[in-house]
Amino acid sequence: MKQILSFLLALSFLLTACASPTPSMTPAAPTEQPPTPRTLTIMSHDSFAASQEVIAQFEQQNNVKIAFLEAGDTGSALNKAILSKDAPLADLFFGIDNTFLSRALEADIFEPYDSPLLAQIPAEFKLDPQNRALPVDYGDVCINYDKTWFAEKGLSVPTSLDDLLKPEYKGLLVVENPATSSPGLAFLLATIAKYGDPGYLEYWKALRENGVVVVDGWETAYYTNFSASSGKGPQPMVVSYASSPAAEVIFASQPLTEAPTASIFDGCFRQIEFVGILKGTPNRELAEKFVDFMLSLPFQEDVPLQMFVYPVLPTAKLPDEFIKYAQTAPNPASLPAEQIAANREKWIEAWTQVVLR
Amino acid sequence: MKRLLPAFLFLGLFFFLPLARILALGLNPGQFGLLGGAVWLRLLEVLRFTVFQALASTFLTLLLGLPLAFLFAHYTFPLKPLLRTITAIPFMLPTIVVAAGFNALLGPRGWLNLGLTALDLPPIEFIGTLTAILTAHVFYNTGIVIRMVGAAWAALDPRLEQAARSLGAHPVQVFLRITLPLLRPSILAAAALIFLFDFTSYGVILLLGGPRFATLEVEIYLQAMHFLNLPTAAMLALTQLVCTLGLSVLYSRYITRLAVPVKPVERILQAPQTALQRTFVFLAFSFILLFFLLPMLALPLRSVSRLEPARGQRTTIAPALTLEYYQELFINRRGSVFYIPPINAARNSLTYASLTVLISLTLGFPAAMALSRPGKFARLSDPLLMLPLGASAVTLGLGYIVTFNHPLASFLPSALTKLGAFSSLVTDSLLKSPLLIPLAHTTIALPFVIRNLQAALATIPNRYREAAAVLGASPAQVWWYIDRPILSRAVISSSAFAFTVSLGEFGAASLLARPEYPTLPTAIFRFLSQPGGMNYGQAMAMATLLMLLTGLSIWLIERERVTREL
Repeated sequence: MKQILSFLLALSFLLTACASPTPSMTPAAPTEQPPTPRTLTIMSHDSFAASQEVIAQFEQQNNVKIAFLEAGDTGSALNKAILSKDAPLADLFFGIDNTFLSRALEADIFEPYDSPLLAQIPAEFKLDPQNRALPVDYGDVCINYDKTWFAEKGLSVPTSLDDLLKPEYKGLLVVENPATSSPGLAFLLATIAKYGDPGYLEYWKALRENGVVVVDGWETAYYTNFSASSGKGPQPMVVSYASSPAAEVIFASQPLTEAPTASIFDGCFRQIEFVGILKGTPNRELAEKFVDFMLSLPFQEDVPLQMFVYPVLPTAKLPDEFIKYAQTAPNPASLPAEQIAANREKWIEAWTQVVLR
Repeated sequence: MKRLLPAFLFLGLFFFLPLARILALGLNPGQFGLLGGAVWLRLLEVLRFTVFQALASTFLTLLLGLPLAFLFAHYTFPLKPLLRTITAIPFMLPTIVVAAGFNALLGPRGWLNLGLTALDLPPIEFIGTLTAILTAHVFYNTGIVIRMVGAAWAALDPRLEQAARSLGAHPVQVFLRITLPLLRPSILAAAALIFLFDFTSYGVILLLGGPRFATLEVEIYLQAMHFLNLPTAAMLALTQLVCTLGLSVLYSRYITRLAVPVKPVERILQAPQTALQRTFVFLAFSFILLFFLLPMLALPLRSVSRLEPARGQRTTIAPALTLEYYQELFINRRGSVFYIPPINAARNSLTYASLTVLISLTLGFPAAMALSRPGKFARLSDPLLMLPLGASAVTLGLGYIVTFNHPLASFLPSALTKLGAFSSLVTDSLLKSPLLIPLAHTTIALPFVIRNLQAALATIPNRYREAAAVLGASPAQVWWYIDRPILSRAVISSSAFAFTVSLGEFGAASLLARPEYPTLPTAIFRFLSQPGGMNYGQAMAMATLLMLLTGLSIWLIERERVTREL
């Protein structure tokens, strides 16, 4: 008995010794580059993207290797970050948006960082006064439709959320599950802003009866279900971004002069994406540098063509195709942050009950 | 006593402690806060669906399984042993492989729909329907009916039926009055077992049922991982535990009744004679081939066929045979679903499975030896060691999350701060290491391993050992020349079993796997839920790999089983 206990004790000490990195006694001189690059891990959602060159630039300047950990759609990725907060999976988390922000702040997963670059960013994007979450980009979540599909069927395009309940649009819309997906949640919030609580539930009940299709994430909704994407799916309408049509032009196999998709501007919701330094990172100094990098011109100008959202930095130049084909909604819906924070879980639960069960 | 200690220490820390945390969390009504009564409504709804789908699946499985049991119990036909094996394989396959197989056959990008689209016919909707859930459950469990009821049927004294016939009873009457009542215990036992499996179904519901369906298991996962509502998840886990324990007790009752057959008689099997019999055998034969073989064939075939563009790829592609999905597994692309080469998942799974084998044998051996010596202590500890059988893998995963995601010290009484500080060191290191998954798998495999070894130990007559000792053998020699040869087979089959369990386990891993250490099943799940031909192809390739590895393991188990019977 005694032997076993002492054995277990020894084993556990061995384990802890292996697992915890030994703290370095003297900080390395700033000019001295360590021989092997350290790794900085950025946890994000599945739709995260950045140019190879832009990332390589940061890697070279700081002798670091950047790893991206894409952990599902925003909701799922955030939940994973929260559940593992005592043993963080990464150094930074990018992609938390204003719809999920309060969940992250309540769970206290971020360390505040007053980046000097925040000064150039308009106040409307800075939703966390303590700067635990720093704004990086924004975009409008809107319904996209497949122009060709509607033209071929000779069907007029719906112009409002109410139109979607008409029988001619039965089964033509695919949305994302708000429990797991941030555009899904943004669209749910748009309906709440428009129809109120509990009016939105009536709307969703009617939408369900009209055959709305629900999938777990934006990637699947857009690339599997949407008829105008490479997946050539069954639904000609998808909850996506007002800037998505630009992507269709840029990545088209033959040059296009007109976007094959467009947005319906009723029921849009403005989404702001944030980055934060995860609590307990051993690489705080590098993480700060990466946050600064994300807010600086090279990364900000890379954002539009990589993730098809708008940079928060007003001085960032937008690419031509973006100016021509991407859109922002004229007056996107919005809800006070406190109201979202207080009701989000209740709304999602009620939505699940009405739409999925 | 001393020999049981490691196993008890292990289960104490990795089964009973997480369970206690779930109990504490689930039974604390203050935790529900704003949701209040809605939680109970939801619980009832989930429970209702769980019972409904389990009943429906069990009924359908019996409906299909009974004729097949009759077939195997009464007729000889070509390829019979092969067909029997085919019906038994699904039961051992990981759920993720079965789900991927049906996806490859009947899914939106599966063979059938590809064919229908090519013929300009509307595609069928299979994934995301109740039909998909029921089909997969029937696929899984028909083998149980064939084995359990078939065995009883074959052992039935044919003279009883013959006597009834000669007294003028109609075949239907004979079946209803003689055969069915005699088969009832075996049918009920099979039904109870199938119901238990369907009741705790997880991977099938999550992967084939889609977001509209939730059994208790799936709801635990959704509440924990989607809604981040751990108290509700804990309460569901408790409900689940109570149900499965109740069902297990029920099952063990039937199984003891099953042990008294009327009078085992070797029935003489014959080839089908009449046209009716021939038709029946032919239909059953083709059904088995189609139903059991097609999903298992669709999968590897789909993994080497390029039929659709990758995500975001706009050019049209020509259908072709390809190995690129397998090659892609070895490449670490930035911007792909994983940030490690996907093949690492296979390496992780193999490492976890080996660790599971190692730990469960190390703990299981002394425990089995202690249990095989009759005594009061052994009798008392037996049910405790078997208890993990009643807990589902998802519950276990949830327990680990709520236990090991906080430093242990936070819920130990302050008098034990010293112990608390020590244990928080342990949990802290556990949490950051990928060890939690093999530990969870050991908890699942350990009861089986102990049972298997115990049974083997019991077959060694004590007088062999005594004889050897009398002839001058030292205790070590006795063990080496008497125990070891007899036990080695049990060790191999136990190892293969623990290995298979760990390899295919999805429930606990789906809650515990850290993204940088995916296992094969969690990696397949992730690939399957991503768009585009490349991700789908890689899911198929990995599922094929997992199927082959599992097949190898099953083959080892079966071989050892057969040689022991000889």
